[in-house]
Amino acid sequence: MKHSPFPAARQQRLRSRALILSAVRLFFSRQGFLEVDTPCRIPTPIPECNIDVMPSGTWFLQPSPEICMKRMLAAGFEQIYQICHCWRDGERGRLHLPEFAMLEWYRSHADYTALMHDCEGLVAAAAGAAGTPGRLLHAGGRISLDSPWETLTVRQAFECYGGMVMEEALDRDLFDEIMVRDIEPRLGLDKPVFLVEYPAQRGSLARLKPGDPSVAERFELYIGGIELANAYSELSDPEEQRERFAKERNLRIDRGKHGHPLPEKFLRDLADMPPSAGIALGLDRLVMLLLGATSIDEVVAFTPEEL
Amino acid sequence: MYTVADLRKGLKITLDGDPYIVTFFEFAKPGKGQALYRTKMKNMINGSTLDRTYRSGETFEPAHLEERTMQYLYKEDTNYTFMDNQSYEQIGISEDSIGDARNFLIDNLEVEVLMFKEKPIGITTPNFVNLRVTQTDPWLKGDTTGSDSKPATVETGYVLRVPPFIEEGELITIDTRTGEYSTRVKE
Repeated sequence: MKHSPFPAARQQRLRSRALILSAVRLFFSRQGFLEVDTPCRIPTPIPECNIDVMPSGTWFLQPSPEICMKRMLAAGFEQIYQICHCWRDGERGRLHLPEFAMLEWYRSHADYTALMHDCEGLVAAAAGAAGTPGRLLHAGGRISLDSPWETLTVRQAFECYGGMVMEEALDRDLFDEIMVRDIEPRLGLDKPVFLVEYPAQRGSLARLKPGDPSVAERFELYIGGIELANAYSELSDPEEQRERFAKERNLRIDRGKHGHPLPEKFLRDLADMPPSAGIALGLDRLVMLLLGATSIDEVVAFTPEEL
Repeated sequence: MYTVADLRKGLKITLDGDPYIVTFFEFAKPGKGQALYRTKMKNMINGSTLDRTYRSGETFEPAHLEERTMQYLYKEDTNYTFMDNQSYEQIGISEDSIGDARNFLIDNLEVEVLMFKEKPIGITTPNFVNLRVTQTDPWLKGDTTGSDSKPATVETGYVLRVPPFIEEGELITIDTRTGEYSTRVKE
């Protein structure tokens, strides 16, 4: 028999994937978003301690389109989205591919609560295209997509499932381990959950919460225990952003990693960016969830191992 | 020395002085967090299991395990004695380490003994062994219970289901992986 990487089930998933992508584009154009297409190769990635970029010549393959899209916001574009490939070195597992499809969108003059509404509408539209309107099936269970979805703060999550308070987990350097082992598997099993208000030191590019600077306005969307998207009310203060970048860059150097120079043009343009909210969603994982696949491998045309 | 990049199901490593086999492995990365490697491991000596999560850069000692072909000699109390086919050295293995293999041990049977730091920790019998039936009720013609199997005891004391036509004194082949009857041996 002829060897084919596309058994019938996978072929069907790739066809459904195309339908889901069409629904995603239709959703955004109906909301008045402009589809943009920024370069995949960039000279200076955002210094992030835990994301390793892949070199491409003397430049790098983007780990996300964040830099270019925020510069477009600074230039006056108000609602933009992009579907593109991103690369992150060393990430491979049931939910990870070193090259993956990203859906990223930004709204100016909005905070991250506006993105929660977008998520609800987007996933509902995509579920319709996948043939399961209003729900998705995951690990034998049924997850309702009815609005409104649940919201849980990181602090509450540690109290409910983590066995210790958030501060203690940070002090003892157990935050990630507890998140992965005890918290994530319990999130979004009946209904999608927005995990909100990350500790300030995990704020990344998010602004701190007005009135409570101990937490950042950042959320992660979880469905069926799987992290689907990361969102911020964007930090638009170039000086604070520069300090955070420098800190991340030093952490990278401490760990023996490449300490990239800071993205100066981005920092320059950030001063012109209006208050905005932005979100990055793993498109392969969305397809996976909608089609009831158990691994990201089942919803892409080729895995790296098959090339 | 292994690194986290070598982790996979079936890898054997040494932890706290004991050999462990990785039974579950998953790469995980919480949003904006660090890469983590979740594992479940089984102690190869006592069967206890462990959940461990590792970070990039952590290393492991391989478990140096060796298989030796040995012949089963005899049993005394709960101790089974084997002879190494190469060195003719005799070693004793406790009933706990023998496990279910005890059901298939007959004199002179060749087995693979798994050694860790010169200590036997388990044995593997051949996939098929021939054992003699020492007790089974005769098949009554006209049996209307419709049963297509009956219990039989073999020379090791092991009891299994066999087809109705098997008689006492006959030799049968047993699949040691499932413990089930395979065929009747023609003598």
